[in-house]
Amino acid sequence: MMRFSVFTYAAIGFAVLAAGAIVLPDWAMFLFAMALAKGLVCLGIVGMMRGGVVSFGQGLYYCLGAYTATLAANFLGVSDIFLLTLLSAAVCLLVGLVFGPLLSSYRGIFFAMLSLALSMVLYGSLSKMSFIGGTDGLNIGAPTFLGWAPEGRPLQTALYLYVVAIVVISGTLMRIYFDSEQGLITLATRDNELRVEYLGASVRNIMAYNYVFGALLGGIGGTIAAVALGHVDPEFAFWTTSGEFVFVAILAGYLSVPSVFVAAIILEMVRSFSNLYFPNTWQLALGIFLLIVIVALPGGLGSLVSRRKGDPT
Amino acid sequence: MRKTVLAGALGTIALAGGVTGPAAAQDDTFKIGVITFLSGQAAESFGVPAWNGGKLLVDMLNEGGKLPAPYDTMGFGGMKIEVVVVDEAGGATKQVQEFRNLVQREEVDAVVGYVSSGDCLAIPPVADELKAFTILYDCGTPRVFEDNSFEYVFRTAAHATMDNVSLARYLKSRDFDVPSFAGLNQDYAWGQDSWADFKGAMSQLYPDAEEKTALFPKFGAGQYGTEISALLREKPALVHSSNWGGDLQGFLIQATARGLHERAQLVLAAGDHVIPQLGNKMPDGIFLGARGVNGLAANARGGELKELTDTMWSAYEAEYDTFPVQAPFRMWQAIFGLKTAVEKAMADNGGTKPTDEQLAAAMTGLAWDAPSGRIEMALAGGHQAIQPNAIGTTKWNTETGKMELVDVEYYNARCVNPPEGMKSADWLAQGFPGAQCD
Repeated sequence: MMRFSVFTYAAIGFAVLAAGAIVLPDWAMFLFAMALAKGLVCLGIVGMMRGGVVSFGQGLYYCLGAYTATLAANFLGVSDIFLLTLLSAAVCLLVGLVFGPLLSSYRGIFFAMLSLALSMVLYGSLSKMSFIGGTDGLNIGAPTFLGWAPEGRPLQTALYLYVVAIVVISGTLMRIYFDSEQGLITLATRDNELRVEYLGASVRNIMAYNYVFGALLGGIGGTIAAVALGHVDPEFAFWTTSGEFVFVAILAGYLSVPSVFVAAIILEMVRSFSNLYFPNTWQLALGIFLLIVIVALPGGLGSLVSRRKGDPT
Repeated sequence: MRKTVLAGALGTIALAGGVTGPAAAQDDTFKIGVITFLSGQAAESFGVPAWNGGKLLVDMLNEGGKLPAPYDTMGFGGMKIEVVVVDEAGGATKQVQEFRNLVQREEVDAVVGYVSSGDCLAIPPVADELKAFTILYDCGTPRVFEDNSFEYVFRTAAHATMDNVSLARYLKSRDFDVPSFAGLNQDYAWGQDSWADFKGAMSQLYPDAEEKTALFPKFGAGQYGTEISALLREKPALVHSSNWGGDLQGFLIQATARGLHERAQLVLAAGDHVIPQLGNKMPDGIFLGARGVNGLAANARGGELKELTDTMWSAYEAEYDTFPVQAPFRMWQAIFGLKTAVEKAMADNGGTKPTDEQLAAAMTGLAWDAPSGRIEMALAGGHQAIQPNAIGTTKWNTETGKMELVDVEYYNARCVNPPEGMKSADWLAQGFPGAQCD
């Protein structure tokens, strides 16, 4: 029954988002594609938030995925988006498997700072590598889709539909994971870690899993962002980028998967329009928006549609 | 429950669909999107003065008859100029999004912008994809057109190689003895590239000079105590820096307090823009450039462009109570170039508002006069400008209470820029083949 409803919702979600390919104007389709790609990264953070930890260094995987795709495209001549995504996901999976067990025993500010430190190490290293552009970064050509090389609106449409498909698949898988035994133990860890350990579950393992899933999603999000933008730079790993992901995760809350993507889209829209209408004070406009959301919805957007019983947050 | 959220998403999409942006610009107006730093470190040094200058020029053009010929006609070919300004702060990711918004939502006729080299690398592929006529007005990296070629993208300012080649030539032409030199540059692409260019030019003109320490403090460091100690200890005859903005002001104030400027000759690749802020705290005897014949060097030049330069100079001083430094000059040369291109395209197509294709065709290989000298789109198949450059020595005039540039040397554009078809790095490595110095 539960599974059935998840897939139904996934199908509806796909239909709604895919309809965007027809109704959205060009600029909005690009904005949505970018927002959804960033939403993927934020979904990874939400997975960790469910266990009570927040990664301030998700830019590490966002950047790693973006650079893996770009370097593979420039030096190995790979332009197929499926291959690029797989490649970046594989690299991020490996790196996540190395750091996941290491970080899984840290909580709170220590987890946040360590993850931040790792992403800043990548930022610093890439900034020094002038042979791949240093802080200026480098470009990546338009992707191909299984040998098909579209241009103009068809390219944007194909890219958008690709992001939508990945978002729906990842969203569904994460929902299933969240509702699984492991996912529920994650939630229990948030409430009382010691009790979970006494019940016989390994909190460290759970945390490591969540971290690795976050790494995978971050890498995929980074790859899509890189091919959509056509350019990557070390800024992808900078702490402000990671901070933005955390903001979206907080805006969305940890209760609902679709709300993560809605939050990402809202943030992009607010930024885009405030930038245009208040060129001198757009940061202020953005800041006021964030403040209002935090004050009015401390549990995130997800709390509008689903509430955990007896959970004050 | 999830349905509600999806409904929310649907609502957002509907909202996005509803606000498809204002209608396309009219035929009697020419709409340009201007992107420049309005916040962040580069705002005070480049973004804000550039757009102050740009706004002034657009107003003067819209009024018409304010400038000497050939710029005495109204607007762009009789069309009123309308401007949308966007802040460049926020990184290349945001800029690509904003560029698409400007072209597809605001439907601008041309985009003029970008100070940051990272943005200048990220934007051109998108501009070509959207077939949107784009002028890069300020950024320095030669990579834009040396690694790629673009149909709809033009850079109306010379790239950064010119700055450091001119410095080395200035030292040579003034018979300055350089037994050794050191560098202090910001640790990001601009600083790293500037140092590489300066080193390359020095190894050609001063092959015996010993290269001492090359320091790369963090971008935005502000504190240079350690670096200045290292420079004082190493005793180089010359210290090169391409720092800008607050980093340059900080370095100069801290270096002069410890007497570094008396023990070593300071040479600054782009140092003119801190003169208004530093005033008499800027030490005398510094060799500096302005990335073109801009600012004080343009004011001191005279010649046949004097009337144009003086008009812009006095208008800027009257409006903003300070003199224009390099950034407004580069914005002016972009807007004058755009005006020339629009009017050329209109002469070719019978007087209707030009399309992006017609504009690109008109701009390719174009040459025009600006307060900073004659700008020629001579490189990268007519997409990259070369321009003359000038280096001078600072001297505080106690009588007028103003900083002056003395012993100014002017360099022909073809003397300090590589020839067509050659990468800057190769040009430096091969000893400036094809350089035409008078």
